[in-house]
Amino acid sequence: MAFSSNETFNVVWPDEVDCSSPELRFQSIASLLEKGYSVSRKTGLPEGNGLTESQNTIFLTEKSANELPSIRGAYVSTRGKNSVALVDAIEGAKSSLGLIKREWKPWFPVIDYDRCTNCMQCLSFCLFGVYGVDDGRRIQVQNNDNCKTNCPACSRVCPEAAIMFPKYKAGPINGDNVSDEDMRREKMKVDISSLLGGDIYQMLRVRSERAKSRFSKERDSEKALNERQKCLIKLAESGDIPAEVLMSLPSPEEIKRRAEEAAVKAAAARGN
Amino acid sequence: MNSPKIVYCHCAYAQVVPRETKEAVLKRLCDSGVEFEATSDLCELSARKDPVLLKIASMGEVKIAACFPRAVKWLFSAAGTELDPAKVQVINMRTESSEAACSMLMDPQIVPNWPIGKASPKPELVEN
Ligand code: SF4
Ligand code: SF4
Repeated sequence: MAFSSNETFNVVWPDEVDCSSPELRFQSIASLLEKGYSVSRKTGLPEGNGLTESQNTIFLTEKSANELPSIRGAYVSTRGKNSVALVDAIEGAKSSLGLIKREWKPWFPVIDYDRCTNCMQCLSFCLFGVYGVDDGRRIQVQNNDNCKTNCPACSRVCPEAAIMFPKYKAGPINGDNVSDEDMRREKMKVDISSLLGGDIYQMLRVRSERAKSRFSKERDSEKALNERQKCLIKLAESGDIPAEVLMSLPSPEEIKRRAEEAAVKAAAARGN
Repeated sequence: MNSPKIVYCHCAYAQVVPRETKEAVLKRLCDSGVEFEATSDLCELSARKDPVLLKIASMGEVKIAACFPRAVKWLFSAAGTELDPAKVQVINMRTESSEAACSMLMDPQIVPNWPIGKASPKPELVEN
């Protein structure tokens, strides 16, 4: 029976199989890494303890399995195999373990808490619920997979340049040091309140409390949408926001609902 | 004295580390016969909060061939894993030449470069 795991598969490559050529090692390991495996090169036999004793582990050997200590996991013999045959055999062993790695998205924000001031602008800005707060009301990335691929907009609204996307092309968003010049650059200082046309969330809350007419509610959500679009277009003009993200913006109603949700979370986190 | 442990990140899901550098570093590791941990993508381990990160944190002195030290530090942190700043050297394969990256990695001396700032744990407070 197959079941999904949130751990990567680890291939343990002890030195007992080192009669294989360095070239075979390199080609096999490179190919395994491309396929999402981790590889542990060991200069001694695996001890059969700690994290290598996981059901996600495949051990390479030149011996038959019954000559090895009884540790969990699968064994694959390297004997007589070229790198293609070896990787195929490892893939086969993985299938026989019945484990399927859960999907993940390689694009998500990472917060540099040395810079972050917990201002909650990212939480207020993101429409996709990527951000949340921990028990101590500290900003946190909570839903990595909701992030829109190749969209670094929240790192542009962070006034402290504290949000990184490690796979982004340029610094400081990719994790490079933040220079004084970066901080001076206009695009690093996008002011979210001006982008959103004043405190749009507060305004929406007050107005809805006053039980406005259907017409004015529509105007409010329209305004929220317009302001957000203006903001996103401004960011898009800086060459950062992929057109697909702009195209896939939710409906005005949905934007309003999500913006209010984010604002409530941010206000609660600030202790308002 | 034990040599620092070696961790290599293959950055498999993006083209941000030059292929030539990645291949040269991995080849050098494979040829050298040293022990190392090769990971497909450290970002993936962070996103999954994979226990491999804890294993790396418990290795003692470690050299990590990946990308910018600031990104690597907060990727570990995002997964709830802190490393001892005095015991980590990150080799940035995005900016170093393949020769420089290989020689830094194989050098038995460690040159710690883990960024330390206001929110970073002090070395003596580090928990693995
Ligand atoms: S916008 Fe930047 S400084 Fe403000 S909470 Fe988010 S990460 Fe921290
Ligand atoms: S840590 Fe850096 S080198 Fe490694 S996968 Fe992430 S972006 Fe790529």
